[in-house]
Amino acid sequence: MIRLSNVQKTYAARRGSDEHIALRGINLDIAAGEIVGVIGRSGAGKSTLIRCINLLETPTSGTVTVDDTDVTRLSKRDLPLFRRQLGMVFQHFNLLSSRTVYDNIALPLELAGASKAEIAAAVDPLLPLVGLEDKRDRYPAELSGGQKQRVGIARALSSNPKVLLCDEVTSALDPETTRQILTLLKDINKRLGLTMVVITHEMAVVKALCDRVAVMDGGVIVEEGGVEGIFADPKHATTQSLLADEFMDFRAGSEGNNNTGAASAQTAGQEG
Amino acid sequence: MFSTLAPILLQATWETVYMVAVSLSIATAFGLPLGVLLATSGRGELFEALWFQRVFGPIVNATRSVPFIILAVAIIPFTRFVVGTSIGTSAAIVPLTVAAIPFIARIIEGAIREVDSGLIEAAQAMGARPVQVVTKVLLPEALPGIIHGLTLTAVTLIGYSAMVGAVGAGGLGDLGIRYGYQRFRPDVMAAVVITLIVVVQAVQSFGDYLARKADKRNI
Repeated sequence: MIRLSNVQKTYAARRGSDEHIALRGINLDIAAGEIVGVIGRSGAGKSTLIRCINLLETPTSGTVTVDDTDVTRLSKRDLPLFRRQLGMVFQHFNLLSSRTVYDNIALPLELAGASKAEIAAAVDPLLPLVGLEDKRDRYPAELSGGQKQRVGIARALSSNPKVLLCDEVTSALDPETTRQILTLLKDINKRLGLTMVVITHEMAVVKALCDRVAVMDGGVIVEEGGVEGIFADPKHATTQSLLADEFMDFRAGSEGNNNTGAASAQTAGQEG
Repeated sequence: MFSTLAPILLQATWETVYMVAVSLSIATAFGLPLGVLLATSGRGELFEALWFQRVFGPIVNATRSVPFIILAVAIIPFTRFVVGTSIGTSAAIVPLTVAAIPFIARIIEGAIREVDSGLIEAAQAMGARPVQVVTKVLLPEALPGIIHGLTLTAVTLIGYSAMVGAVGAGGLGDLGIRYGYQRFRPDVMAAVVITLIVVVQAVQSFGDYLARKADKRNI
């Protein structure tokens, strides 16, 4: 479905900053219907990686193949058409404040030139799917963070994409809302058979959502495999430290409520 | 006394409103695209064109540096070329428009730059073409700021229109100077000042109302 082959991304040196290599030869294969997590710390290159899939970032070298098409060779004219096959959900939702819930979800269809009837046919069933029937004509300013992200997800689905790209989609949400959004994404994956690429810095998200995970550090994938295997036997130091963070996060977050490491681990699993 | 003052006051108010409305409309027609391009032609931006910034940035700044009264006089040949005369209400529209275009362009540029870049990215990820990013995302999201800016421009133009009164344009400024100042008629001066205050207040309130209506960020 999606194949990244030896993808490199270098940001040229500018006044005030040296040349920065964000991706150093990424190879990643993502099968249709699979949920693949990409985890790493800030600056590991995971956001650049996901943006190379829909060409928001152009790889400096290497190829990105989606459905047997080398998308790095697409012309400026064809690129928007290709992007309509991929939905993207963002950490900060990126909803238009001037549009209602309905009109935000309709935007990708509007951009593609769909008629009012086609838009209604696509958007109306999405509202109950994400649980926002009663918010149809509300503006984003009237919604909670979790509701905004549901709009973001519905918007990404409205053009009926084959792939959903999720960029830190739960990082701005509280643990309970995070759990709900992850459940929703899992449900969507099952119902629609969507391929998903999930960028996160939280192991709990990977554990709750993903089939496979790639661990990134310094622009390379340092470890990759099935989620269970990685959790049971983390080999690389980065993976181990990301797993250790889960305990740290909850010790800091639960303000002395944790008693033992085992109790924290259990909480981490539930909230993820 | 009022009966003789009322018709000329009304006439002068109408001339002012006419000059400001026409010059604001024409200036917006030019200033809006100019502002959009100034906001989107930088490095790595939607319509990257560094030459555009290098050419039009200084022109905009230069026009804005010239005091309005100097500009109005300096472009008299241009005014004559466009409307055939340099005297009268229609002639005054030319310098008012020329002064307002860079003003509006900078205001539109600022309002568009305020739009969260995440929205541009989201629109591109949805498959928006660059023009669609402008029409479907940047302009609607910047609308409250644009309305505020155009209101500010209108109020500034009312002030400028009083200055073009000095070069024979008619309107409230002209009335105030010719009757109130040169003929020592404090009653006329007072009437002009009060009318100007009322007009500015009305424009400002109307602009604020429209901007509030367009702004869905705080409901």
